[in-house]
Amino acid sequence: MPDNVPILSFIVLIPLAGALMLLLLPKDRGRLARISAIVFTGLSLLFAVWLYADYQPAFGGAKYEERAAWLSIPLNLEAGLRDQGVVSYRLAFDYHLGVDGISLPLVLLTGAVSLMAALGSVHIRKRRKAYYALLLLLQTGMYGVFLARDAGLFFIFFELTLIPMFFLIGIWGDYGREKAANRFLVYNGLGSAVMLLAFLLLVATLGFRADETADGTILTYSGNYDVMLANLSDPNAAANAGGALSFTGGLKWSVFVLLLVAFGIKVPIFPLHAWMLRVHAEAPPPVVMIHAGVLLKMGVYGLIRFAGFLLPAQLEAAAPAIAALGVINVLYGAILACVQKEFKLVLAYSSISHMGIVLLGLASLSEIGFAGALFQSVSHGLISALLFLVVGSLQERTGTTRLTELGGLARSLPFTSGILLTAGLAALGLPGLSGFVGELLAFLGLFATMRWPTVLGVLGVLLAAVYVLRSVLAIAYGPLPARFAGLKEARFTEALPMVALTGLIVLLGVYPSLLTDLMEHGFAGLLRELQTRAGG
Amino acid sequence: MIVFHTLTWSDAWYLAPELALVGFALALAVLDLMLPDRVNRDWIGWGTLLGLAVAALFVSWHICDLRRSELAGEPAVRDLLYGSYLIDDFGNLLKLAFLGATALIVLASLGTIRKDEIPIKGEFYYLVLPAVTGAMMMASSGDLITLFVGLELLGVSSYALVGARKRSGLAGEAAFKYVVTGGTASAFILYGMSFLYGVTGSTGLAGISRGLEQAVADYRALVYVAFFLMIVGFALKLALAPFHAWAPDVYEGAPTPVTSFLAVVAKGAAFAMLYRIFVRTVFLADAEAAALREDVSLALAALAAAAIAVGTAGALRQRNAKRLLALSGVANAGILLVPLALDTTILHASFFPEFLYYLLAYAFMNVGAFAVLTVVSRASGKEELSAFAGLYHRAPWTAGAMTVLLCSLAGLPVTGGFFGKLFILFGTVQTKAYWLGAFMLAATAVSYYVYFKIIRQMYMRAGAEEPAVRVPVPAGIVIWLCAAATLALGVLPRPVLDWIDGLFSIGADMLTG
Repeated sequence: MPDNVPILSFIVLIPLAGALMLLLLPKDRGRLARISAIVFTGLSLLFAVWLYADYQPAFGGAKYEERAAWLSIPLNLEAGLRDQGVVSYRLAFDYHLGVDGISLPLVLLTGAVSLMAALGSVHIRKRRKAYYALLLLLQTGMYGVFLARDAGLFFIFFELTLIPMFFLIGIWGDYGREKAANRFLVYNGLGSAVMLLAFLLLVATLGFRADETADGTILTYSGNYDVMLANLSDPNAAANAGGALSFTGGLKWSVFVLLLVAFGIKVPIFPLHAWMLRVHAEAPPPVVMIHAGVLLKMGVYGLIRFAGFLLPAQLEAAAPAIAALGVINVLYGAILACVQKEFKLVLAYSSISHMGIVLLGLASLSEIGFAGALFQSVSHGLISALLFLVVGSLQERTGTTRLTELGGLARSLPFTSGILLTAGLAALGLPGLSGFVGELLAFLGLFATMRWPTVLGVLGVLLAAVYVLRSVLAIAYGPLPARFAGLKEARFTEALPMVALTGLIVLLGVYPSLLTDLMEHGFAGLLRELQTRAGG
Repeated sequence: MIVFHTLTWSDAWYLAPELALVGFALALAVLDLMLPDRVNRDWIGWGTLLGLAVAALFVSWHICDLRRSELAGEPAVRDLLYGSYLIDDFGNLLKLAFLGATALIVLASLGTIRKDEIPIKGEFYYLVLPAVTGAMMMASSGDLITLFVGLELLGVSSYALVGARKRSGLAGEAAFKYVVTGGTASAFILYGMSFLYGVTGSTGLAGISRGLEQAVADYRALVYVAFFLMIVGFALKLALAPFHAWAPDVYEGAPTPVTSFLAVVAKGAAFAMLYRIFVRTVFLADAEAAALREDVSLALAALAAAAIAVGTAGALRQRNAKRLLALSGVANAGILLVPLALDTTILHASFFPEFLYYLLAYAFMNVGAFAVLTVVSRASGKEELSAFAGLYHRAPWTAGAMTVLLCSLAGLPVTGGFFGKLFILFGTVQTKAYWLGAFMLAATAVSYYVYFKIIRQMYMRAGAEEPAVRVPVPAGIVIWLCAAATLALGVLPRPVLDWIDGLFSIGADMLTG
């Protein structure tokens, strides 16, 4: 690839450009809106795949970095600073994009799920232009979150996902859509507020730099992630110097807890999960594909990126607590999934359970565990996207997703039911499919350090077999109600993403090193930090 | 022997913006009397706009003038009558903000004011001019007496404006309430001022600043009485909780453009006065008066927190759009107060840019939102939130602009409201006033729900079958200007902040003279 192509900006900004272009289309050209949205989504994914092909894990992502000064806000020099030779005193946020082995798998996931969701939106009939514009805007936010390397920019992209989601749930959702949208907004707004406080604490301590230049001293509070990372290990940085700006024990723990709450709402960690049940149940299925497939992973990613890399000691000390939260998530989700009567809620609780395994992987503090956590994130993203794709098709045809009202669909919809069965098997962790790899890695990593949480976690996986088979059997087998006898099989535009997602799930199941090789180098820095701690 | 300083003709140049406004007000008043009834009084509105533009031109001239002398190393403040009237960057920047906001408000009301509703259309337009003059005097005064004169000029003109809908009972009630609370506030402020004069022997802020330390040593209790009386008065003027109960009623009863004027210009002017007095007197007080500074800061911080909490909580259940915006104004006044309440002795000293930036963002989003409300309530004849139902179908572009303005009010990126709040928040973190920052953030999270109530109405409620909303051209221009400015302030805050930073300095602009 030519070196000077700002490929990361392309990935982030193409959907935004698409959204703006859609706004200019006339209102009644719904079909055109759909096609252009698919084209723009595909284009972004194409760039992401190109990036993946070009990326060499051993060298990292340094060559793709894009960094430009964006906001540089003057602070007041009058508090005696000018007399001390300070020439510039600013608060700076950069437009800084970067990629590494941790963000790249999630970028690919975003691209894949977004394209499938756009294809799978064929059931959306009302206000199509606005729908697809919002879908594109949402993508810009998601890509931005995974690629931003500046706390301020990260926050902005994180918030950018909030507004389109609110509309997508509130306008195109089911009967209880407005309530679901509100619940979503309030929980995530609270999460954002907490995150912003944590970030500002980081900027005000860890982000502070004093650079000596020929003209005088330049003082900067920077939101740049690289600056923070550099300051963390620099003994001369103000954050480590023990002055008013020091970043020490109490403050570190406050920031860690704030980050855990902020991203914990997104993951979601029990008991911060109530909002996501409603979103699963009420939002239109293609939006849930993105929500369960990608948005929840932003929480995981934020935890790794900010809580993990910037506060490794706190992550280490809190590992038992995180493991405990993980076990609660796994079991709570699995047990409740077994008794749900609504298929969407089965999947919602199953998401909680699966995200618990991600937490368990993080708590292991080992390379295998981290890789497992990330792999599980990607794999759960693909599987839940596939499941909700099927849900969308079923809902359109039968008008219901209640387990008690469905049955025998394998006879009238053999293809869709087959896909549903495959997705279900992937969700319960059948070897050969991607779900198995993520769970295996996470549990392997955890077993070395914490036996009991591993055992309890595996119990949750066993329960997965119960709830998955129970609901798949209830939908696909048994007597076929007469009113479902004449249902039409999936159209081409529905079948295509189903096959593609199934293919990806199988591919990752049999050939996991497609992603694990990337991750290995991504976590190297964090692991080195943890090991020196353990050794010293 | 006392030498009396008198104004000379050459001083008139420094008063040119205010004099221009007064001149226009008088000319338009006479014109309104002379013109026959059949002439459309919108012409008076255009005349008002012209007057505001001329005044803004003079202010810009002053800014350039001051900049020149600053670069030449001369003092960058002009003072008249022993420092009782100051021409400095603090005043000039605020004057520009007031004039700009007023111009937008007047422009938006052209074509939306109905004669059957406001029979005194002519007065309605030209009364705005003395009100702005009062606001400008408050921003420029260096003496308690001039400050008070400015305050009353603004107050009396706006009492009349609030009651402009003569035939509405609600308006009468609003005007009455505003007179009573405004008078009470003035009384509190004046009473506090008289104590301050009593213990320091000066009405000039410079003199008070010199005498304050001695006064604290001799009459500690009286100094506290003075400051706390003034704080109560200002809290009433600014509608800070728990002194805010009048605001929703008055905002509801006043014609919407006047509401917008009260929320932006009158509030900004009261803040200007607050900054003038408090920065000059207690901001750098140390030794004996250090305790006083800390106590005043704490009182202001407590007021700010109370206003943020009460304003946001009150808006949660509000169904009337104007009352909702009034309560949002209460919360925003609390946020605007935060920079002044922070500990200014630590490195953090950017309180004025923080304040001014958020004031600008606040002005744009409020003027814009009130303009949309005017248009919408004209179409549906009500001011409830449900007036916005289906606006997306009835006026899609206006709905889009309103979404931007509401996102800014809620503090969502990428808008001016977001960066203004971020900047103020950073100040609280920098000075380690974490509790105040946490308060602001919690309120922000709750306020999402408040402002999205309107967004929900616009996009998710039926209204498709109702007729399209007709947006008069001037109002449309204002709405879009405000939305565009809100976005611009959010995407590129740097030019504005660099500009403020280049002009303003605490030492030269607020502590000399």
